[in-house]
Amino acid sequence: MATGVKPRVKVPKTASAGEAVTIKTLISHKMESGQRKDDDGNIIPRSIINRFTADFNGQNVIDVTLEPAISTNPFFEFEAIVAETGTFTFTWYDDDGSVYEETKEIEVS
Amino acid sequence: MELTRRNMMVLSSAALAASSIGVLPAMASLADEQIAELTGGAEMVEGELSISAPEIAENGNTVPIDISAPGAVMVAVFADGNPTPAVATFKFGPLAASHDASTRIRLAATQNVIAIAQMQDGTFQRASAEVKVTIGGCGG
Repeated sequence: MATGVKPRVKVPKTASAGEAVTIKTLISHKMESGQRKDDDGNIIPRSIINRFTADFNGQNVIDVTLEPAISTNPFFEFEAIVAETGTFTFTWYDDDGSVYEETKEIEVS
Repeated sequence: MELTRRNMMVLSSAALAASSIGVLPAMASLADEQIAELTGGAEMVEGELSISAPEIAENGNTVPIDISAPGAVMVAVFADGNPTPAVATFKFGPLAASHDASTRIRLAATQNVIAIAQMQDGTFQRASAEVKVTIGGCGG
């Protein structure tokens, strides 16, 4: 089980219509790769976030499939086009079935 | 030979080099296999797809990479020297502005990071960057 998972997202508060905004996301997660061994030589089971999606007003921006080779505390930076005022929804899917969600409003003038 | 600290360093680095020579080709082919599976053996050209990564990464646990793939619908990233070569797959939706993305990845050793992009017309592009890793990120 992953503990202490906390998503953090940086989205500008305002933008002009049709502008490309830069979005940065980070989620605290240990991303156990399934390659490491504990002190007794037993393999520590894999526990990672395996998918990340970002949507704006129901339309997809980016959909990332994560493998164990993604670092601890997965970080993503990308750009999205905003045409109208709305809400970004960011979703992370954990190996253990948990889904973490974060939303951010953006005002478009 | 007297077993001084200096000699030990030479010996161990030689042994490490020998073992990595023995292991790397097998892993490289694993990455090639996965890439072939993805592209269906289609020919890959160099195009606007680019991947940037540091030439030297001191810590393999977190290596920043940056992909830029104008016109791509999907970009898959592979690390040919990792125990599992697949790193991540980015799919760009209708609202993605520039098809750029950055993230941080783990690299077990010095190796190539390869990006394969599927373009809108179904063709594939390939780009790669070599990263020298000082401390591997496998935690073994």
